[in-house]
Amino acid sequence: MYPLEGAAAEEAAAQAAAVEDRRLVAGLRGGDEAVYTELLARWQPAMVRVARMYVRDRAVAEDVVQETWLAVLQGIDRFEGRSSLKTWVFRILTNRAKTRGAREARSVPFSALGGETGAGEPAVPEERFLSAEDPRAPNGWATPPRSWAQMPEERLEARETIDCIRMAIADLPEAQRVVIALRDIDGWSAAEVRDALEITDANQRVLLHRARSKVRLACEAQLEAA
Amino acid sequence: MSTVALSCRELVELVTDYFEDALPAPERARFDAHIAGCEHCTVYLEQMRTTIRLTGRLRAEELAPESVDPLLEAFRGWRRGRG
Repeated sequence: MYPLEGAAAEEAAAQAAAVEDRRLVAGLRGGDEAVYTELLARWQPAMVRVARMYVRDRAVAEDVVQETWLAVLQGIDRFEGRSSLKTWVFRILTNRAKTRGAREARSVPFSALGGETGAGEPAVPEERFLSAEDPRAPNGWATPPRSWAQMPEERLEARETIDCIRMAIADLPEAQRVVIALRDIDGWSAAEVRDALEITDANQRVLLHRARSKVRLACEAQLEAA
Repeated sequence: MSTVALSCRELVELVTDYFEDALPAPERARFDAHIAGCEHCTVYLEQMRTTIRLTGRLRAEELAPESVDPLLEAFRGWRRGRG
C-alpha cells in the first residue's frame, strides 16, 4: 500500500473506520459475545472515567456505564451510522451520567467547567523566566529546561518515571485528567474527545495543555532528581 | 515576515496548539521562527514530545472480572430476550 497524503489519507481512514463500525454493529445485532467483550475491553475504562466526571463515586459511575451498555444493546437496531459507533455510545453515556449527576445534585455540566480548565495558569512556573524588562532576553528562560535526549531509554521509561506520571495525572482536576487520559493513554483523537465530552475544540486543547504541562513538570522533577 | 517576535514565556503556552495544528498561519510562522533560533525552547518542545510518549506507556487499566461479569450477564439476558 502506498502512503497517502492529506485528504486522501483522511478519506481512507474514515472508510476503514466505517467498515470497522459495520462489523461491530453487525456483531452486536447478531448477539456475538466476542464483539461485545472486545468493545468492553476497548471502551469500558474510558467510559468509567467519563462517567466519573458527572457522578459522585466510582460505584455510581460503573452503574451508569452498565445502564449505558444496556441502552446501547436495546438501541443498536436503530443505530444508523450517522456518527461513529464510539461517538454514539459515549453520547448515551454522557446523557445518562448527566441525568444521574443532576439527581445527585453534583451536576457539573462539562461545558460550564470553563473555570476549571485552568486557563491562565502558566505551563511553566513564572520564576523560570526572566522579566519582561530583562535586557538579556525579555521573557526568555532564566532556568531553561535541560535536554533528556542523552538519557538512556531505560531511565526515561523506568518504573519510577511512569509511576510519577501516573501520580501527576491522578492529581489533576477531573476535566484535565479525563482529557489527558483519553488523548494520551487511550489514544483518542481530538475530535473524538470533543464529541464524547461535548466540549469545544478550544476547551479540549486548553484542558490538554494544562494537563500535559503539569505532567512534563512532574517528569522533569523526577528525571533530574539525583 | 512576522512583526513581533514570540518570547519563550509565550511559546510554552502555544505548544499544544502547535502540536494540534491549531495555530493560525501567522502565529505558526512566529512559532517556527522562534524555535529555529532558540535552543532552550527546542529542548522544551522535545521534553513535551517525550512526556506525551511516556504517558502513552500507562496502559489503559485492565478490566477487573467483577466489573465485567454483570455486563456479560446483561448482554446474555438481552440476547435471550431477542429470542
